[in-house]
Amino acid sequence: MTHSPRVGLFVTCLVDLFRPNVGFAAIKLLEKAGCQVEVPTAQTCCGQPAYNNGDWANSRAIAKQVIELFYDFDYIVAPSGSCIGMLKRHYPQLFEADKKWQVKAQAFAERCYELVSFLTDVCQIKIEAGFAQTVTYHDSCSGLRELGIAKQPRQLLSDVQGINLRDMNESDVCCGFGGTFCVKYPDISARLVSDKVANIEETNADVLLAGDMGCLLNIAGRLKRLNSSVKVYHIAEVLANMTNVPAIND
Amino acid sequence: MKSTPHAFKYQAKQALKNIHLQSALARSKSHFIDKRRAAIDALPEFDALRQRARKIKEHTLAHLDFYLEEFEKQVQNSGGEVHWAETPDSACEQIISIAKAAKAQRVTKGKSMICEEIALNSALEKAGFDVVETDLGEYIIQLAKEPPSHIIAPAVHKTREQVADLFHQHHQKYGLNEKLSEIPDLVNEARHVLREKFLSADVGITGANFLIAKTGSTVIVTNEGNGDLTNTLPRIHIVVTSIEKVVPTLEDCTTLLRLLARSATGQEITSYTTFSTGPRRREDLDGPTEFHVVLVDNGRSSLLGSEFHDMLRCIRCGACLNHCPVYGAVGGHAYGWVYPGPMGSVLTPLMLGLKEAGELPNASTLCGRCEAVCPMQIPLPKLLRAHRVKEYQAKLSPFSGRFALKLWAFFAKKPRLYHRLTALMIRLLAKLGCRRYLPFAGGWTESRDLPVPQGKTFMAAWKE
Ligand code: SF4
Repeated sequence: MTHSPRVGLFVTCLVDLFRPNVGFAAIKLLEKAGCQVEVPTAQTCCGQPAYNNGDWANSRAIAKQVIELFYDFDYIVAPSGSCIGMLKRHYPQLFEADKKWQVKAQAFAERCYELVSFLTDVCQIKIEAGFAQTVTYHDSCSGLRELGIAKQPRQLLSDVQGINLRDMNESDVCCGFGGTFCVKYPDISARLVSDKVANIEETNADVLLAGDMGCLLNIAGRLKRLNSSVKVYHIAEVLANMTNVPAIND
Repeated sequence: MKSTPHAFKYQAKQALKNIHLQSALARSKSHFIDKRRAAIDALPEFDALRQRARKIKEHTLAHLDFYLEEFEKQVQNSGGEVHWAETPDSACEQIISIAKAAKAQRVTKGKSMICEEIALNSALEKAGFDVVETDLGEYIIQLAKEPPSHIIAPAVHKTREQVADLFHQHHQKYGLNEKLSEIPDLVNEARHVLREKFLSADVGITGANFLIAKTGSTVIVTNEGNGDLTNTLPRIHIVVTSIEKVVPTLEDCTTLLRLLARSATGQEITSYTTFSTGPRRREDLDGPTEFHVVLVDNGRSSLLGSEFHDMLRCIRCGACLNHCPVYGAVGGHAYGWVYPGPMGSVLTPLMLGLKEAGELPNASTLCGRCEAVCPMQIPLPKLLRAHRVKEYQAKLSPFSGRFALKLWAFFAKKPRLYHRLTALMIRLLAKLGCRRYLPFAGGWTESRDLPVPQGKTFMAAWKE
């Protein structure tokens, strides 16, 4: 890692709207890892809703906006596997027919990192946090399968004082969020999130963690509907010792 | 087969409520997944094998005309005949005329998805033939008058009790009076009835998992041995297959076989792997006197070099179905046609059109588990997205959805406006507190609460 790299934080639209605490936790962690963090205020969303619903013209326009806005940073980091999957894996695909932009998108993609994997693979962070709870971790699909993130969150969590990590069955299976899928196919989505919740409850964990707000909102919404006592936090909140706020499902 | 992919949503809803189906699905799910996992963990070179398999298929597809002609030549050399069929209708007609020319009455069949694709059974029955499925799963659903719900396990949606009922209902004419409940008894009962059919069949129809250009052989894999009885006992053997099944050599075929069984059932190799090369030779003790191969295109050649080209590598192992959470929740029939799950959601719109089957590529969370397990490295989520792009361009997706998307994109491209608007919205939502119901968000709130936003947007808080 270059000395004190300049990191542009891509907040992600769901963190911006629902859980600013995750954004501040990300800043705290990145600074602790020795980065200079900046948050360009002209950011909105990565464009995934348009991309996954077939509107590639708008998706390209938004992608260009993001690339331009963040291009000069040494690294671009977001507290989300899904959004980084978009920046890193899908932006280059969007420009397959546009040589100039494709080269740019590819060069950009190489510097994009999901927060937890950035903290382990690029920086060497020392976690100083305490969380005396039994937790279980849900692997978000994009983080796991587009970016190969599985060990990193577990490794960092094991450095949290007092924590007890218990893996659930099928932690790698989709929670049924799927962006607009959850409102287009509510019955199927409901079934998938119910299966997920059953696997969570089976571990008897007090807290569910994950690295993606989409999954977290979905699972939190279901747990809340069932009046479950399991609390939901984003992993960055635990790692940054910033869990002194109500849980996502409170 | 009637196609109803357009009714996917309704069918999925019904499937979720069907307790028999749900118990059958729950039982089979971990079975397939665990067995595949164990087989692949025991094969360290699995990924290297995948690379090789992909290369073999890509090479063959790049020279498809050459290998198909080579295959035809070799089939002819060994005394068989190749029939080319551009459409399902043409395939059915040619098969019927072969059977008619042989004055056949009874036709036995091995399991074949391409026969489902071209709706061969109903065509044969209409033409007056007695058609008997001989794969146990296929036999069960033939009795139930249902289409398969899985490409390698056609009756996976049926519980043991349902099978017992079916046999009880249909086998009384063969002298079955009691109701069987144990699996071995059910299998024996089917075997007993099928044996007589095998022996009296005039034509045996099988599919093919692979075609070998160099030898003119067709290859099937089965676990019941019914395929062998179907292709050796009757006078005529007809192989119904599609053009992308060809590979250059026997060795290439074995590479693919190693992937197929492990990905499909978690076996290292299926119980039977049968190579058919031409009709019976003078010195052979058994085998058919005529050997026909019907090569179906049905739109496949137009996929070559297209954005859906990758799909032509599919070896129909079913791993993508077994690992798909949506398939696991609703089963195969909800998809409304021959091919379900992720591979079906790519193929069906290509064969029936997006107007009929546009729901299918949308009914996926794009979780990527299918791509991760596909032995042929087919980027299924990418292909599902490609359908969505086409659908959007043709304005086939619902207007309300497209409108909402446009509106959202309008704001997403104007950051200042976007942040002012979202700051307001979120403050309002936070005031309202936790929501059990929200207008316009019924899809969400039907089964979930809407979590309360923290209060301010990140951007509003950051600027302070
Ligand atoms: S798409 Fe891949 S996983 Fe699915 S059936 Fe075909 S080869 Fe198997």
